[in-house]
Amino acid sequence: MSQNLAIAADEREYPVENPVIPYLRQERIPHIWCPGCGIGTTVNCFARALTESKRDLDQVAIVSGIGCTGRVAGYLNLDSFHTTHGRAIPFATGLKLSNPKLKVVVYSGDGDLFAIGGNHFVHAARRNMDLTVICVNNFTYGMTGGQLAPTTPIGASQTTMPYGNFENPFNLPFLADACGAVYVARWTVFHVKQLTRAMHEAISKPGFTFVEVLAPCPTLYSRRNKLGDGVDQVKYYKERSVVKHGAATKEVALGFQGDIVVGKFVDRERETWLDGMNAHFEKVLGPRYRRYGE
Amino acid sequence: MKADPSGVLTGMHFLDGDHAACEGALAAGCRFVAGYPITPSTEVVERFASRIPMVGGVFIQMEDEIASSIAVLGGAWGGKKVMTVTSGPGLSLMMEHIGLAAITETPVVIVDVQRGGPSTGLPTLPAQADMMQVKWGSHGDYEIIALSPASPQECFDLMIRAFNLAETWRVPVFFMMDEVIGHMTERVDIPPADRIDVVERRWTTKKPGEYRPYAAGPDGVPDMVKAGDGHRIHITGLTHDERGYPAMNPAAQDKLVRRLTDKIRKNREALADIREDGVEDADVVVVSFGITSRVAAAAVDSARAAGLKVGHMRLVVVWPFPEHRIAQMAPRVKAFVVPELNLGQIALEVERAAAGRARTVRIGHAGGTVHEPEQILAGIREAAG
Repeated sequence: MSQNLAIAADEREYPVENPVIPYLRQERIPHIWCPGCGIGTTVNCFARALTESKRDLDQVAIVSGIGCTGRVAGYLNLDSFHTTHGRAIPFATGLKLSNPKLKVVVYSGDGDLFAIGGNHFVHAARRNMDLTVICVNNFTYGMTGGQLAPTTPIGASQTTMPYGNFENPFNLPFLADACGAVYVARWTVFHVKQLTRAMHEAISKPGFTFVEVLAPCPTLYSRRNKLGDGVDQVKYYKERSVVKHGAATKEVALGFQGDIVVGKFVDRERETWLDGMNAHFEKVLGPRYRRYGE
Repeated sequence: MKADPSGVLTGMHFLDGDHAACEGALAAGCRFVAGYPITPSTEVVERFASRIPMVGGVFIQMEDEIASSIAVLGGAWGGKKVMTVTSGPGLSLMMEHIGLAAITETPVVIVDVQRGGPSTGLPTLPAQADMMQVKWGSHGDYEIIALSPASPQECFDLMIRAFNLAETWRVPVFFMMDEVIGHMTERVDIPPADRIDVVERRWTTKKPGEYRPYAAGPDGVPDMVKAGDGHRIHITGLTHDERGYPAMNPAAQDKLVRRLTDKIRKNREALADIREDGVEDADVVVVSFGITSRVAAAAVDSARAAGLKVGHMRLVVVWPFPEHRIAQMAPRVKAFVVPELNLGQIALEVERAAAGRARTVRIGHAGGTVHEPEQILAGIREAAG
């Protein structure tokens, strides 16, 4: 224990043993996430994806909204922005357009991105804004205590759906596909290798790329629905996940504790918003246009 | 430093206030605007969208004002000078991000071309009824700066100052136009770039590792960096310490919120810009701002012609409110007369600063048009007793 702390305190004197340590703001650890929560696993995969991408980390920025996953930005040793509830995507849009050299990643939860922030997701995907959006989907509002999310499966109980949810949840890959995302994948925190590869692919591909990660919320969602602890939920992911690369996204909706279709569903080419702006203005304005962002 | 010539349309022009405000922003160095159409402000972003491809920068029309108001904050942290533009209903949607700009100390200019409210109100007709909203609209304690132009020429000139103040103090700066100023066309002289002073961002000279994003200098304002500079900053809307890290305890809250408010409140006198006319020996002083000051000037002239001793104070900077000047005058004047296109907003500030030592006569107007000079003259006569 004491040796681990020493490593954290001074990486110059001691060899770094965990390859993820340089990606974390050590002075902010311990984090706030509950035992068994899946968010930390996604952060681990993201750090490894950054390693594989060989990007200059000074040119990677991360933007989060509000909620448990919204705290990711605060733990990563990158330029990081913890914004308002639901508005990480428009902040990231401004950041990217203002400084196009940056790789901008939005990292937030299902309630933040798809309830209060749903409109921004729709429009950023439509525009093919050059952003990667990583959504940690735990089917609930964790930080506020387990309320109904736009992803809660029908039948699951939440504090604001105490007799079980009766409203239809979003099928997130279908939504992202329909709005024009150029890359859409879904994995769970059981699939750490596949998730890392998907995150690497998503941050390497220009345009609006989207990765959905299913992650347990043992404290609220699992306990309220009598689904056991975090390990039980990961066992469920293992047993009921079905890999179907290229699956039609309208076929990948999730039911309560039902089969989970995982894989890379969409990988296509579209001109990004900025490339489109530069090409269009050069065409219509000719030499009067001052090409932007290069 | 001097303005970047690529954004300066030097020459004599015939422009309305909306277009002149856009030219002011370009001259000030604004290179990123996110906006959403709303009458009577839309011409500002329409002109920016048309001009910026040749200047070098970006305009994006966002999906709503909530998005616009945070896209510009992202734009500021990407390194650009930024602006968004709206009117009442859009301003109401932006409130949460005014608080985010205040607590993250993000320089941003927000143009509000005021129309009659509440709600959809009078989309095409003027008011000055958002004055308290821009001061108090977002939750929590914070401070902003608000300027009130009274002509298209001032829409150009004061817009440059709005950007300079945003960069100097790292607060949201509101540019409080109204429908009449926005759509009134007059001569606007735009000087050469080398005669326009612009304030550069307060870029830190510290190296990564040494720099603390919220360690303020003696003036209460921290220096800034942009994403991509290697500082690995963390910026949050949570209460934070000098490192920018969340620090949710009463001591950190007290330290941060006092600094955010003190940096403006303690510089109230330095920030004030009051155009005074004949207040030295006046019995009655008219306090006005924006379009109403032009009507008030006519009323003051009439009152003087009738032998009354009337002075006129026009507030160019409305927030922070120059309460020190009202307090100085209050013991020696009979009354302040406050005409405004609302039912009594800035009048409340005048009353508060006068603290019972002089009367305050409100000349309220619900908006939809400007006052008649006679309304203000009647108020002056009443005040003069």
